[in-house]
Amino acid sequence: MSLALIAALPFLGALLPGLMIRAGRNACASATFTVSALALLGILFHAPAVMRGEVITEGFDWLPGLGLNANFMLDGLGMLFAILILGIGLLIILYARFYLAKADPMGQFYTYLLLFQGAMVGIVLSDNILLLLIFWELTSLSSFLLIGYWKHLPEGRQGARMALAVTGMGGLALIGGMLLLGNIAGSYDISVILTQKDVIQASPLYLPALILILLGAFTKSAQFPFHFWLPHAMAAPTPVSAYLHSATMVKAGLFLMARLWPVLSGTDAWFYLVTGAGLITMVLGAVIALFKDDLKALLAFSTVSHLGLITMLLGLGTQIAAVVAVFHIINHATFKAALFMTAGIVDHEAHTRDIKRLGGLRHLMPITFTIATVAALSMAGIPLFNGFLSKEMMLEEAWNTGPVVAILATLGALFSVAYSFRFVTHVFLGAKRDDYPAKPHDPGFGMWAAPALLAVLVVLIGLFPQTMVGPLVATVSGAVIGSAELPYYSLTIWHGVTPALFMSIIAVGVGLAVLKTHSPLARRWDNARRPEAKVIFDAIVESFAARQAQRFTLALHDGAMTRYLAILTVAVVAFGLWAFMGAPHAAGTREMLPMSTLPVIGFFLLTAATVALVVLHRQRYVSLIVISIIGIVIALGFIYFSAPDLAMTQLTVEVVTIILLLLALNYLPKDTPVESSVFRRARDGAIAVVAGLGATALTYAILARDLAIPAISGYHLENSYTGGGGTNAVNVILVDFRGFDTMGEIIVLGIAAFAIFALVEGVLHGPASRRLANFKPDLPVAHDRHPLMMVVAARVALPIALTVGVYIFLRGHNEPGGGFIAGLVVAIALLMQYMASGFAWSQERQRFDYHAIISVGVLFAVLTGVGSWFFGAPFLTSANEYVTLPPLSPVHLASAIPFDLGVFLTVVGSVMLALASLSRIGRRAGEGVNITPMDVDPREAGDSAKEAR
Amino acid sequence: MELLVACAIGTMTAGGVYLMLRLRTFPVVLGISLLTYAVNTFLFASGRLTLNAPPVLIEPAPYADPLPQALVLTAIVIAFGMTALAVILALGAYLNSGTDALNIEKPEPRIKTDR
Repeated sequence: MSLALIAALPFLGALLPGLMIRAGRNACASATFTVSALALLGILFHAPAVMRGEVITEGFDWLPGLGLNANFMLDGLGMLFAILILGIGLLIILYARFYLAKADPMGQFYTYLLLFQGAMVGIVLSDNILLLLIFWELTSLSSFLLIGYWKHLPEGRQGARMALAVTGMGGLALIGGMLLLGNIAGSYDISVILTQKDVIQASPLYLPALILILLGAFTKSAQFPFHFWLPHAMAAPTPVSAYLHSATMVKAGLFLMARLWPVLSGTDAWFYLVTGAGLITMVLGAVIALFKDDLKALLAFSTVSHLGLITMLLGLGTQIAAVVAVFHIINHATFKAALFMTAGIVDHEAHTRDIKRLGGLRHLMPITFTIATVAALSMAGIPLFNGFLSKEMMLEEAWNTGPVVAILATLGALFSVAYSFRFVTHVFLGAKRDDYPAKPHDPGFGMWAAPALLAVLVVLIGLFPQTMVGPLVATVSGAVIGSAELPYYSLTIWHGVTPALFMSIIAVGVGLAVLKTHSPLARRWDNARRPEAKVIFDAIVESFAARQAQRFTLALHDGAMTRYLAILTVAVVAFGLWAFMGAPHAAGTREMLPMSTLPVIGFFLLTAATVALVVLHRQRYVSLIVISIIGIVIALGFIYFSAPDLAMTQLTVEVVTIILLLLALNYLPKDTPVESSVFRRARDGAIAVVAGLGATALTYAILARDLAIPAISGYHLENSYTGGGGTNAVNVILVDFRGFDTMGEIIVLGIAAFAIFALVEGVLHGPASRRLANFKPDLPVAHDRHPLMMVVAARVALPIALTVGVYIFLRGHNEPGGGFIAGLVVAIALLMQYMASGFAWSQERQRFDYHAIISVGVLFAVLTGVGSWFFGAPFLTSANEYVTLPPLSPVHLASAIPFDLGVFLTVVGSVMLALASLSRIGRRAGEGVNITPMDVDPREAGDSAKEAR
Repeated sequence: MELLVACAIGTMTAGGVYLMLRLRTFPVVLGISLLTYAVNTFLFASGRLTLNAPPVLIEPAPYADPLPQALVLTAIVIAFGMTALAVILALGAYLNSGTDALNIEKPEPRIKTDR
């Protein structure tokens, strides 16, 4: 299966849960499971090749100019992580099906889960660091959704925010670091970067790049001092904790360090930063974990500690330490996910996960007890379980590094033993209690199947490490180290009498002793003063971020829109002036057109109307009349300057715009009061005059010059007939050369119409509705709402107008006209009926929904474009043919015609929907529905006249 | 002639900007409409002015530049959509708040963060 497809599968599959939930929770979970399983299969198909040491690559250019290519690769390291992500994902999907309560929206949960899964798979399969960064950010976002899944819990929301803030900031640092790295290496492709070790480590930018990248990795993997977000993220549902916070997301940082290990490791900076952070995290996490009473918090800090352990190993920089790190990643994923799931089971069944309220569950929940014990013993590093193997090897490496590292590593292991045993003894052993919040018992098979499977793996790997995971560890280690030759190591239980063995014995012995004295120690711990990360974090957010952001926003955004508009206008004019001053300029040399009488008249009409509009703008009806004069003059100007299409469009648009404004004005105040001071008006006038002068100067400067570079219009004119099959170049450009633009534009128009509909919908349900119900017309209303003359005229005009519309549409390709204009003409013809007989009356005789007309129009345009694919041509390629049907003149059949039909339908639908929405407001305002098309029925009138005679 | 067109565009821009800076919604909608006229005419004029030369190939050459015409044609229709949206927004705001004033006198008090 294609690697890109594997990464895309979860994203595509994320659409399914929301749909399948309607078919029930099992269907929803099965759909999610199938998607993950397919992706896992895809990876497993590649497994034989990868195990042979091959690297599978695949890629295509995305934004090659930026170095951003959608390049994917699958090597041992990527495969291990992909299997962990998808495999444990499958178990989590199964577990979550039974964990989530009835009230929890399951469709949402699985959607988020798949989004997260896709992002994670994307990270581990990326061969381009920019692509990796995109997926990296996606994991932060999707994990935010997952952690905050229980929206009603404040802890959930806060935990999600904290996680997003910390990992998001780390992500920002990572972007910087990755860009530096790519810059040094000269490529953003990981496979290229990995070959540039010497160049990278010699670069002066190595240290900044390293620090930034580590910031990203440490925040994601909860390394000290960024470890504090992880325990708070435990407010998430347990499946999320088990998935994100043990097996996958927190390992993304480790993955990144392992991925870049060949080029970044081996320097002093790397050693001190990575090993240092790892060691501190390991010890600190283990100590805190021992004193946590919340099961999930205990596991969270233990995860922090184990992540520190792996980080420390990666930091050592030796090849063998990297091998151990790989091995421990596998082991930790198995036992920790199992532990989280058992903690979830305990919580689910006993309704508490407070260790102080638990104990003695051994007899009540034997299955859970067994699973938990196996996993916990592995976490403690007891022989015969897999955790023991990697821990021994870790201690060995620590011993070889030096005494400080060795002592700290032993200390970490010691506390690890203590909290692991505490998990088992304080929860499951001891006497049975009778004060559990609920009656605990083992859950159904569905819930314990997943952790049980993991527990079996724990034992199998512990007993037969070489058989179970030997080849995998070798392949992955080869990928991390970057060479096929591995250092000598052996995955066996018995390594002989080594220093590590003694360190292990000390750890277990002292660890058990510490656990014995747990209660006095815990009392001391609780009384000790120590910095609380959440308090500090909240204080920083509150005092710095929130307050400063607030101040900044309020300063800029004070609610006075007039001010923003003024600032905007002044800024635009100032920039224009600045650009003008900054360049040399000479007078234009283009020959001017001769002056004649007609345009001068038009000019004075336009100027007079504009001035009148400004002066009379307080009288709103008058201003509408005046502005329509301006529109008409402009339409005439278009005719004069050889643009018949524009003139027709402008005229028809003018009509619908004025009708719309008139209708809206009906419900608005009819006058504008005098509010602004003389000073303010003078100031606005000055801004306006300066803007106007600027526009004049700019226009004149352009018109006085020829084009600096030849226009592309020559091409359009030459190919309009031969290529597009039409002689009206404007229309051919619209439907053919730039059909893609037009498609976008009609979509925008359709969206505007839908937005209008939605706005009106909101108005009709809000407080405005009451206001409308009490609406009293503030102007005298004519009693003859639907005059006979107008009804008759509109009826007679309708077929004529429709014919004109069809004619304009058909001739559009060769002569002025086309879908836009025809659409407007038809819309006006329909509007006339609405005006004549009232909206409700006409609406009843209207068979098609305007929403549907818009959608069909857009669909026509899109399908026309798609149609060209069937002929092997790119989207919206046009074809045309002239056909002669004997009685008619030659008919032009072009693929552009259905496209133009789409334009036509969208325009009709949008105009009508906008006006129909307004009339809905009218209905709410108490406008009656007439039953007859006109107020006076001529037949009745005739009868009564006869009677009178 | 070019100067005449430039002046016309300038006049409409000035009128449009002045109306846009008024304090009530309806004049602002009118101002935006006026500015739309100015901008459309400006874009059209950027193809340079030509007399008696519509870009229709059944007529003899020369032809006006068809590209700005095509772009302005869609711009006019989109402008209708925008004006319609703006006026409905204005209407909705008026009906909801009872005033058609454009500016909020005092910004909303700050929303407490979720703690």
